[in-house]
Amino acid sequence: MDAVTTASARIILICSGKGGVGKTTLTANLGVALARLGKTVAVLDADFGLRNLDLLLGLENRIIYTAQEVLAETCRLDQALVKHKQQPNLALLPAGNPRMLEWLTPEDMQTIARLLAERSDYVLIDAPAGIEQGFKNAAAAAREAIVITTPEVSAVRDADRVIGLLSTMDVKPVQLVLNRVRPKMMANQEMLAVDDVTDILALPLLGLVQEDERVIISTNRGEPLTLEDNPSPAGQAYLNIARRLCGEDIPLIDPSKQRHGLRARLLNKLRKTTGLF
Amino acid sequence: MTVLDFINRLLGREKPSGTMARQRLQLVLAHDRSDLNPELLEQMRREILEVVQRYVEIDIESCDVSLETEDRVTALLANLPIKRTREFPLPIGSGKPGGPDTGAKESAASLDNAAENPEAGTASPPATAVTPGADALQDGSAAERGETSAASQP
Repeated sequence: MDAVTTASARIILICSGKGGVGKTTLTANLGVALARLGKTVAVLDADFGLRNLDLLLGLENRIIYTAQEVLAETCRLDQALVKHKQQPNLALLPAGNPRMLEWLTPEDMQTIARLLAERSDYVLIDAPAGIEQGFKNAAAAAREAIVITTPEVSAVRDADRVIGLLSTMDVKPVQLVLNRVRPKMMANQEMLAVDDVTDILALPLLGLVQEDERVIISTNRGEPLTLEDNPSPAGQAYLNIARRLCGEDIPLIDPSKQRHGLRARLLNKLRKTTGLF
Repeated sequence: MTVLDFINRLLGREKPSGTMARQRLQLVLAHDRSDLNPELLEQMRREILEVVQRYVEIDIESCDVSLETEDRVTALLANLPIKRTREFPLPIGSGKPGGPDTGAKESAASLDNAAENPEAGTASPPATAVTPGADALQDGSAAERGETSAASQP
C-alpha cells in the first residue's frame, strides 16, 4: 500500500501499569466501536504472557497463525489476521507463544505495527500489565497512547509510573480513560473524584466509564458492548471514546455531579452550606 | 455510608476516604516521581541546612524541606526561617555544636515527622542537624537508617 496510508494510520497503545483495570476490555470495545464508525481497525494483542483479547472479542476458536508466524515469515499477515464476524472492518492479530517474550525486541513490535498500519486506519495495541520489557516492546511500536485507570490509589499510582515512562519515549499524545467510576461513592467523597485523578496524573481526559455489570456479561459471551444498538452506560461510554478519538466533540459528563439519591443530595447541600466537611 | 459515618463526618471527626486517598497519593507520588531514595533526600537536607547555617542563623525547629508535585513537575521546597544573619560566614564544614550521631538521628526523625505531617513542624532541637564532615556522615548513616525505618513503622 502507498506511503500516505502508512503515515496517516494511528497506532495507539492501550496501557495501565496495574493489571485488571480494563485495558483489554477497552481495546476490544474501542476496536468494535471504531469499526462501526467506518474505520479499518487492527487490534494487536501485545500481552504475550497472558493473552485474552481473542477471548473478549469472541475470536478464540478461529486463530490459526499468530504474530509469531508473521515475524518468522512462515505466514502472510492476512493469513494470521482474524476478522471479526459482525464487523469485518475489525481484525485481530493474536499474541504468539509466551516463549516469544524471550527473544522479542522493540524492533520486532515496530515491524508488526508497521505491517498493520499499512492496511488500517487505526492500530490498537493491547499492552501487558507492568512496566517491564513486554510493556516497553509494546510502547516502542506506538505513536500515541491511552492510559486507563480506576479511581483507586494503587491503579492511579501505577498509571503514574507508566505515564512517566511514556514521557521518556516518543509517544504523544497520551490521554486518560477513567474506568469503573461509581458516581454515588464519588458524590459521597468515598472515592477519588474525577478531578483528583486528572489533576494528579495531569493528562487530558478522553473518557469516563461507569461501573457496569453488563461488562461482565459481555465478557462471558465474547461480545463487546459496543456491538449493541442500544448500548448500556459503559457501552455508550466506549462509543463516545471512539468518537472523541475520531475528532468529534462530545462533552464529558461527570456522573458524580449529576442528580442522584436523596441522601447524597442532602449531604452535598449540607457540605456546601456549612463548609464543615 | 452508614449513619455513624455520616454523623462522624457531620461533626468533622472523620475525613472522607476519598480525600484521604488523594492526600496519600500526592505524598507517595512526589517520592515515586523523584528518583531520590529517603536516605539521599535526608543527606541532601542535612547538607543544605549546613550550608545555609554558615551564612545565616536559621530556626531549625520550623525548617521544612520536602518534595512537592504539581502538574507532574516535582520541586524541592525548603522553608528555612532566618533568625539573624551572620556578619562573617562560618568556615566550611563547621556547624553548631552537636555530635555527628545525634545530629543524624535527630534530623532523620524530623524528616519523617515532616513527611507525615507537614503542618506539625519538626521535633528536632535546634542546631543539631549539622554534621561536621564526610566521615561523621558515614558514621551516622547506620544509626540514621535504623532511626528512619523505626520511625516509619505503622
